[in-house]
Amino acid sequence: MTNQTSFIFDTELHLVVLTGVSVTTLVGLRAELHNVPTSSIFLHTHREYLAHDFQRSNHANDFARWVSTALHEEALAEKLAAIDLLAFTTMESLREALINTVDEYLSALDRPSPECRAEEAFHFCQSRNFVLPTGLVAKSVNDFFEKMKKLSSASLYFHFFEARLRLGHRTNDFSRWLADQGRRDLADAIDGLNPYTRTLDELREDIVQIGIGAQGKA
Amino acid sequence: MKEHVEDYRPIVGAQVIDELLLLADRVRHRSLQHINSTSVGGGVAEILSRMVPLLRDLGIDTRWDVIKGNQAFFAVTKAFHNALHGGDETISKEMIQVFRDTTEINLQDFDTFGDVVMVHDPQPVGLITRRSVVGGRWLWRCHIDISTPDPRIWEFLRQFVSQYDGSVFSMPDFAQRLSIPQFMVPPSIDPLSEKNRELSDAEVQAVVERYELDPERPILTQISRFDRLKDPLGVIQAYRLVRRHHDCQLLLAGGGATDDPEGQEVLQEVREAAGDDQDIHVLELPPFSDFDINALVRGSTVVIQKSIKEGFGLTVAEALWKRKPVIGGAVGGIKLQLLNGVTGFLVHSPEGAANRITELLANRELRQAIGDAGHRYVRDNFLTTRHIRDYLLLMLAIENKDTDLSLLTKP
Repeated sequence: MTNQTSFIFDTELHLVVLTGVSVTTLVGLRAELHNVPTSSIFLHTHREYLAHDFQRSNHANDFARWVSTALHEEALAEKLAAIDLLAFTTMESLREALINTVDEYLSALDRPSPECRAEEAFHFCQSRNFVLPTGLVAKSVNDFFEKMKKLSSASLYFHFFEARLRLGHRTNDFSRWLADQGRRDLADAIDGLNPYTRTLDELREDIVQIGIGAQGKA
Repeated sequence: MKEHVEDYRPIVGAQVIDELLLLADRVRHRSLQHINSTSVGGGVAEILSRMVPLLRDLGIDTRWDVIKGNQAFFAVTKAFHNALHGGDETISKEMIQVFRDTTEINLQDFDTFGDVVMVHDPQPVGLITRRSVVGGRWLWRCHIDISTPDPRIWEFLRQFVSQYDGSVFSMPDFAQRLSIPQFMVPPSIDPLSEKNRELSDAEVQAVVERYELDPERPILTQISRFDRLKDPLGVIQAYRLVRRHHDCQLLLAGGGATDDPEGQEVLQEVREAAGDDQDIHVLELPPFSDFDINALVRGSTVVIQKSIKEGFGLTVAEALWKRKPVIGGAVGGIKLQLLNGVTGFLVHSPEGAANRITELLANRELRQAIGDAGHRYVRDNFLTTRHIRDYLLLMLAIENKDTDLSLLTKP
């Protein structure tokens, strides 16, 4: 991604891999949440953020959506949808939060574990990811914000969502590089943007605006 | 007409095309060979006939070969197909022998294989036995719904499938317990094909009027072959419920059913259910009616796909692409295409369909919002360009088997 002075914009392409593991009960979901690879957890909690740029469905992750539409357990669906993805910086802690949420619900349940029909089963998937250089390279902080204007959604997604959580960098790639350039102010401003409440287009625009604001002050 | 990837740039945007070009650079040194069982007719041939020229345009050395088979062989593979769909078929030892014999004949005929060989559907699956001699990476691309296969026939096919380097299915529901990697690649529609390209208002109106529909009144449309699994009678029931509140017309249009006895029977039932209602139009469309279908969908107010069972249901994507609000049965691939309340509505009964149709007919803004969201969703997920990208990624994935994150930027 970075060398001393340049920011190399990469992009990431995904292929969905089917694990062949599917569940029809809440107890089954709980068990497989423990077993599946973290890339599966990541895919099912994040794909909606890359998939489309318009109004999100009620449940922004696949687990919540399935618990609502197939198991009709709305209270649990709401709890799963409410898990604040920004609060996690490792995938294992996110996995644990999902499991704990299901566990708490199951332990308070005074009836058998809900079950759906076979055709409504939850199918665990994971992704194979391929990172490619886009050819865009920023030579300076000003150039970085200029290049940002035409950055693809996939590239933005990679440097923001993937870098922070799945690759365990704890912050986004842009903030890391800007901090290295001595621009902690800009790094913090970008790190303060919540990507989960914005579309990718809005996120890009907000980053660009931070750059414009900095130039105005200069 | 020669297809060019650049023709898609105004439709899908620069990002998508630039990504494809980047990706093609990574696999240009490898050849790709598709093998299936027919060069015309059917969804696989339709997709390949559009996709192969585009892959070549991207600089990928791509060939497309078709296996040979006599009537007996295709009768056997049709029975396999039905059994994989969960149908009740008897597969005899003789039928298995016909399958093996035809595979053997094709093995003798084929002498050229690509670096990556993509074998489509069960008919040519046995060609994998040549792999130990010719090498290369082999993928089995399954287009059919095998969510509930007949276990006997699946066991027979599995001995071939498990020799491949990877398998490819259209939906998560079709995944099997297999020792080889299973990838998901949904099918796609081509925005530049005759069935999907943009038409002028005049073209649409001319077709609508030619079929004696009134362009001034709402038109509800289901485009499907006459098959009980598409629930045409449920659609008529829904229409009658809607008619209590809204003046509208119903169009049920499907391919000709002359060689399908059950299709004829269903068509008869549909005509009987329609009775003498002049606002129900039941059309048997001849083959090569793509232009008319395109215009009829574009001339519709609401599109319905009220299937009871469905493989993928690309008619949904075709309607969404035309910015039509779609109401679909909550089954199969329709669930992947209609995000309930966002890109369309999922229903479970004629009453549910009627409620949603009524809601949509009363609310122009809702129709537009759902139609626009559906169009964007198809643009991002179900167009040819995404399908090509996935095939190029498959070529990479199959060469780099063990890494989760292939950092291709590294030397």
